[in-house]
Amino acid sequence: MSSVTDPAPPVTSGGQPLAERTSATPKQLHEWLRQMLLIREFEVRTMQAYQDKKIGGFCHIYIGQEAVAVGCIAAVQHADPVVTAYRDHGHALARGMDPKYCMAEMFGRIGGCAKGKGGSMHMFDKPNNFFGGHGIVGAQTPLGTGLAFAKKYQDEVIDGGVNKHVTLCFLGDGALNQGGFYEAMNLASLFDIPVIFVVENNGYSMGTSIERGTSMSHRIIAKGEGCGLTGYEIDGMDVVNVYEEMKKVADIARAESRPAMVDLRTYRFKGHSMSDPRKYRTRDEEQHWETGDPITRLRDAMIEGGLIDEDGFKALNKDQKIAVREAITWAENSPEPDPSELHTDVYVEKFGPYTGTSQPQIVTDAEESR
Amino acid sequence: MSERIIEFRDALREAMTQEMHRDPRVFLLGEEVAQYDGAYKVSRGMLEEFGPRRVIDTPISESGFAGMAIGAAMLGLRPIVEFMSWSFSLVAADPILNNAPKMLYMSGGQFGCPIVIRGNDGAGGQLGSTHSWCVEGMFSNVPGLKMAIPAFPDDAKGMLATAIRDDDPVFFLESERLLAMKGHVPEGDHYVPFGQAVVRRPGTDVTLVSFGRPVHFCLDAAEELAKEGISCEVIDGRTIRPLDIDTIVQSVRKTNGCVVVDQSWSFGSPGSEVAAQVHAHCFDDLDNHVMRVHSADVPSPYAANLEQEFLPNARRIAEAVRSALYVA
Ligand SMILES: Cc1ncc(C[n+]2csc(CCOP(=O)(O)OP(=O)(O)O)c2C)c(N)n1
Ligand SMILES: [Mg+2]
Repeated sequence: MSSVTDPAPPVTSGGQPLAERTSATPKQLHEWLRQMLLIREFEVRTMQAYQDKKIGGFCHIYIGQEAVAVGCIAAVQHADPVVTAYRDHGHALARGMDPKYCMAEMFGRIGGCAKGKGGSMHMFDKPNNFFGGHGIVGAQTPLGTGLAFAKKYQDEVIDGGVNKHVTLCFLGDGALNQGGFYEAMNLASLFDIPVIFVVENNGYSMGTSIERGTSMSHRIIAKGEGCGLTGYEIDGMDVVNVYEEMKKVADIARAESRPAMVDLRTYRFKGHSMSDPRKYRTRDEEQHWETGDPITRLRDAMIEGGLIDEDGFKALNKDQKIAVREAITWAENSPEPDPSELHTDVYVEKFGPYTGTSQPQIVTDAEESR
Repeated sequence: MSERIIEFRDALREAMTQEMHRDPRVFLLGEEVAQYDGAYKVSRGMLEEFGPRRVIDTPISESGFAGMAIGAAMLGLRPIVEFMSWSFSLVAADPILNNAPKMLYMSGGQFGCPIVIRGNDGAGGQLGSTHSWCVEGMFSNVPGLKMAIPAFPDDAKGMLATAIRDDDPVFFLESERLLAMKGHVPEGDHYVPFGQAVVRRPGTDVTLVSFGRPVHFCLDAAEELAKEGISCEVIDGRTIRPLDIDTIVQSVRKTNGCVVVDQSWSFGSPGSEVAAQVHAHCFDDLDNHVMRVHSADVPSPYAANLEQEFLPNARRIAEAVRSALYVA
């Protein structure tokens, strides 16, 4: 028997040619590659902007984990809610947020998705059904249950039909240790709420390896099983695998209106935040994971399958670099919020010093383009 | 005064190590305090010095480990709980507010709770609404706890040492913005008694009362106002519970004016409490009502310009002083 602090056995996928292991169309595969390249470039530029002091506060980089957000979000419908923690740029972009709103938010500008009020850890995108960006570890997990509850309520109580939705609630392995998460799982199970808790298990919460911080770390899905959630262990470094496995999980959760818990094995290639020297892990370990880079994996598989060539890949990558450069220019040109914005959005109603609320540009732009 | 100059964060550590050497019942627990040397390097080297039984890394389970420490304190241990940020104490609200400060009372004096809970408090780092809590307003409302909030390195050491020796629960509020500040700090034993405010700058026209980091905003404002011929007396309250109202009253009787500067929100806050007490004690001495400068009554914003405006900054303090003195 393994002990409660043993490391988890590896979960691996891939090997066979793409055509044999996915039903995804070439167009879908191209789109996932594009999204992962966009996120990667966005994060590289984010790190630079942070070093140039254009971005303040805490900033958490998603490089290495791109296949998780892209594969999971591809496996659900656009109307299905998504919520996550503070390492949220990748999810926002995979959900379809225009990078310009995301960058402007971090620059603290009025054009940011939250008018510069939220910052890197608190991204929100109503038109794309993205419910944040939450800074407190574990805070989003009961919210995830609530989002799924509301969708089911709309489908069944208000519309009189059957549940048609599923909610993706992402959390880090460190959030496994928050009490609120257990309450969220118990409620979801008790009330048959279709929320999928996707644990982005990158092996660390700040400098604490999962073995040092979490009991049963070799089999974390046992925690969900304790509440009656079906658990899945998935290789999170291969976007095709993430998509195929998550599609099954999501289809079951939606059809049966039941919660689930997923242990998605992944790795953050950079430090916890911008100020982390990473002394708690070895360069060997980092290199081992870097050889499984999710972008390289998909690119190689697509080249092998004749779906893209070197030139095509370069062109696609160049397009993403241009898109991010444009996002930065847009963010730089967006003005700082007017000081009067301090007193907006506190209450919907106007009273006293409070001046009511208004939609950010991300929402008005979406309404116009509809 | 001691000749030695060290950082605020080192002063905090000295208090902890000094007390841990003195008393084996004292231990430290919290996220990243041991192997990582503390998220803000306050506990650097302590794991090496005391070993993993006394410097304990915890998971991200604030409710669990705060409650655990309170249980241990009931049995006579003297835990120091580090919250990486007081913002994260909210998930532990029940143990720290419902258990620690009430244990002695509820047990009719049988079980006290000699615990120190410490960590970073306050806005100013562009961390946004979830991470920028100033808990002094919310938590000082609760009887049974003490609240200390040092503004200078020597107080950081002397007040933390006193907190650890205190038999009651102490909420110890540190500003991450001040951790790198350097100052003279006595070597060896150094205890600053609770409930004793200090005058940081003597003056004659108006009394500025503050706690923690905004004491520095007051000193900046006083410097500016001096150029206009306005003389401010700046009082550093040091502890909010107990509150040294005597020192404040003495000063206001001399200056006949008072501006309270408090980084928590205005509604039901240390600032409103000080103002009420000054009004009660100095009604006939005041030339104007007590003015208050707080953080803006809104959630802390991320954008740099908004956050600057949000804080009780020197400009806003100077405006309040001029208004208190009827200077246009
Ligand atoms: C309640 C709470 N405690 C502590 C923190 C500080 N903190 C921020 S991220 C983090 C580590 C979280 O690790 P994990 O959940 O594994 O997510 P990852 O960073 O790996 O994406 C900690 C301790 C916080 N934000 N909220
Ligand atoms: Mg993690």
